[in-house]
Amino acid sequence: MTIDEKQDDIIAEFEFLDDWLDKYQQIIDKGMSSKGVDEKYKTPDHLIEGCQSKVWVAADLVDGKIIYQAESNTDIAGGIATMLVEVLSGHTPQEIIDADLYFVEQIGLKEHLSPTRANGMLAMMKQMKLYALAFKAQQG
Amino acid sequence: MIDIQKIRADFPILSEKVYGKPLVYFDNAATTQKPRQVVEKIEEGYYKRNANIHRGVHFLSQEATEAHEAAREEVRAFINAKSTNEIIFTRGTTEAINLVASSFGELLQEGDEIIVSHMEHHSNIVPWQMLGLRKGTVLKVIPFDEKGVLKIDELDKLISPKTKLISCTQVANSLGTVNPVKEIIAKAHAHGIPVLVDGAQSVPHIKVDMQELDADFFVFSGHKIYGPTGIGALYGKEEWLEKIPPYQGGGEMIDKVTFEKTTYAALPFKFEAGTPDFIGSTALAEALRYVNAIGIENIAAHEHMLLEYAHEKLEQFDNIRFIGESPNKSGLVSFLLGTVHPYDLGSILDKLGIAVRTGHHCAQPVMDAFGIEGTVRASFAIYNTKEEIDIFIAGVERAKKMFRQ
Repeated sequence: MTIDEKQDDIIAEFEFLDDWLDKYQQIIDKGMSSKGVDEKYKTPDHLIEGCQSKVWVAADLVDGKIIYQAESNTDIAGGIATMLVEVLSGHTPQEIIDADLYFVEQIGLKEHLSPTRANGMLAMMKQMKLYALAFKAQQG
Repeated sequence: MIDIQKIRADFPILSEKVYGKPLVYFDNAATTQKPRQVVEKIEEGYYKRNANIHRGVHFLSQEATEAHEAAREEVRAFINAKSTNEIIFTRGTTEAINLVASSFGELLQEGDEIIVSHMEHHSNIVPWQMLGLRKGTVLKVIPFDEKGVLKIDELDKLISPKTKLISCTQVANSLGTVNPVKEIIAKAHAHGIPVLVDGAQSVPHIKVDMQELDADFFVFSGHKIYGPTGIGALYGKEEWLEKIPPYQGGGEMIDKVTFEKTTYAALPFKFEAGTPDFIGSTALAEALRYVNAIGIENIAAHEHMLLEYAHEKLEQFDNIRFIGESPNKSGLVSFLLGTVHPYDLGSILDKLGIAVRTGHHCAQPVMDAFGIEGTVRASFAIYNTKEEIDIFIAGVERAKKMFRQ
């Protein structure tokens, strides 16, 4: 599946959830079903500090594609991180760099998250893209 | 019998909707909502009485001065200080403590000791640490037990010939623990040691009486007792305020200024540099009048009922953990629900229109002592109701299901 196809899937999942608490439930469930990150990646280098949440993000290049891992000590941020991993994992650095993450706005995440959470989410997206840039530079 | 619905009608913000749901405001320890009477006082001040105060020759200036000094007298009476010379207006509790740390701190030397408790708000820790860096003073800490009760016996071991001040909160903002400040003051005074009491979380909930308490310094914030932000007070015994040097320099706190020598104004103005918040002070006075009209004992009784009810309802959750279980508590309940992160629980409650506070509540040492990152804190005021607690409990119930606990 392409990045956009995965985004469209997520948008479809959220489409019939009107109540924001139902959307939160969906996000929480995604986070809870995620594998998280390998223990070796739970270091300060991989930490994206939000105000009250800790999020660890790691990336490995496997056969020219980036595999992301993400985990949070809070369930809502963890769910958001899991969705980003779902969308971006398994693609080339270039595909990730070029990706327009429109699902975030379309499922209402941008307007319904508090400024702190929204900033935290932007920080995660930025970190994942930075990994892609770094891997691309490595590839030469 | 107080009429809570009548009181609620005085607070326009309580009719606001949050995400389409009625606001349930349980973040009063952070700041309280304001009754119409307080807001109208501010409006009246700016529309009818706005002029710089003290030494003004014109009518408006005299009106403004009278109102500001009448407000000072209102504060004096509210806390039963002996004299208005003992009431210094500040921006709030934090500024008041910084004032004492700076001015009283001037008298101290390297190696002198300050004692605080482990349950202090950062505002009653950091100024003393900064004093330590400036003057080489040492900070010692009275511990608390697993219930959040101060280990008052430890105080005797901490007091030494070098102890120069004890600074302690009357009610801990993260735990709700009411401390035995009279006992602390008695122990301190037996050794000739003065005491600063942080009244930020006690003044809204408990009757305070400076002459009965015998504290040397007492601080509180207007915005936590239905008054505006930006104004609070430092009470200091006249003997101490005479002894310690001024805090900030500038206009209003002087007597004579030449480039060769400047002399300072008498109390209380010695500690009030620059134009004060002379509108805010009158609004603070109005808030204190509002509290007096209800009766602080009635407020205490109502809030006690709410606290007991909240406790009883939260206890029904099998995975509830209370942080702060002193038998003597005031105004708030701090808790954790299973392994749900407080930020997550607070976020769900928020979407249900319920305002609580999550995190360390500016008391990181307290959280460290319990080995946690933070708590969810629900804190009450006179306008809160049992029905609101029911909504809150339903919210916690919903969150529990959402986080599969």
